[in-house]
Amino acid sequence: MSTEAASADRITATEWSGGALPYRVGHRKLGMWLFIVSDALTFSALLVGYSYVRASSEQWPTPFPFYPSIVFSSVMTLCLLSSSLTMVMGVSASARRDYGAVRKWIGLTILFGAAFIVLHLIEWKHLIDDGLRPFSLPAEWVERWPQGSPLFGASFFAITGLHMFHVFTGLIYLAVVAARVRKMKHEDVEISGLYWHFVDLVWMFVFPMIYLLSVDFTPPVH
Amino acid sequence: MATHAEGEHFAGSNKLFIWVWIWLLVLTGVEVFLGYVHLDIRLMLTILIGLSVIKAALIVAYFMHLRFERLSLVLTLVPMLVVCICLLLVFFPDSFRNRTQRYTFESDKPMVTTTDEEEEE
Repeated sequence: MSTEAASADRITATEWSGGALPYRVGHRKLGMWLFIVSDALTFSALLVGYSYVRASSEQWPTPFPFYPSIVFSSVMTLCLLSSSLTMVMGVSASARRDYGAVRKWIGLTILFGAAFIVLHLIEWKHLIDDGLRPFSLPAEWVERWPQGSPLFGASFFAITGLHMFHVFTGLIYLAVVAARVRKMKHEDVEISGLYWHFVDLVWMFVFPMIYLLSVDFTPPVH
Repeated sequence: MATHAEGEHFAGSNKLFIWVWIWLLVLTGVEVFLGYVHLDIRLMLTILIGLSVIKAALIVAYFMHLRFERLSLVLTLVPMLVVCICLLLVFFPDSFRNRTQRYTFESDKPMVTTTDEEEEE
């Protein structure tokens, strides 16, 4: 990159006049945005696939009671939303070049993200202990939903698992950013924020579609 | 919201971000409340998707800062994504058709996780 003044001239040029930065963002940030768009399509495809299977099944298990399951996953949602707020605070601290504050806020973000993963794994363990598998249902569920599709587990584990993987890689990414923040440009910190907010955004669709549409209203079998 | 402060370097004040966060929490609260009351699943789905799109828009616009970027970037990223997601919806008529034509299991019972003792029987 050339000097500030020269780059400012090139920035102001429109894309049709050969502006070097027609979007007024660096190439890394544009790259992250394009990655986010493609990743958003991956998750949309998974959610559409889940909806397809659910719509074409005779019956779909709705196994999550409001308490504890929905309350539990609401707390997970709260963790992710709060981590987004702390991340945005970290990015604005980075704009002020206040590295101590950046580390503090990103550290908090990592804490919330880790809490999310721990809570999620506890939930997974409960479901696996109940007997939920990718292609089969617990016996107790089959009693309650005799026509219930065995693909419940496949869709649940695939979607939440891929999301959890994104949270996990996000934690590593943020830890690296926090460690190297003094050597990094502000825009690079902002890019890590973009990724983290995207992970939060995906959960905003996973939570209602997987959990809130599977709240248990069916009366128990006597 | 008229509280936002637009700057060249890093637009958006902390106050604005806290307001966005509060709105996200409120919308999530509404969604969870809908999970508590028993609604028809189609109505529920429509409301939930609508609220989630609003939440996603809030996150993208303020937290991901897209509202303060050039319009050319927004036009490059958003319409393409929306069109592709809408194209995915072409599968749904098939999923309803599938319900009457699908393969039925011999036992007509879904697969059940068996424990070790049951397998021995």
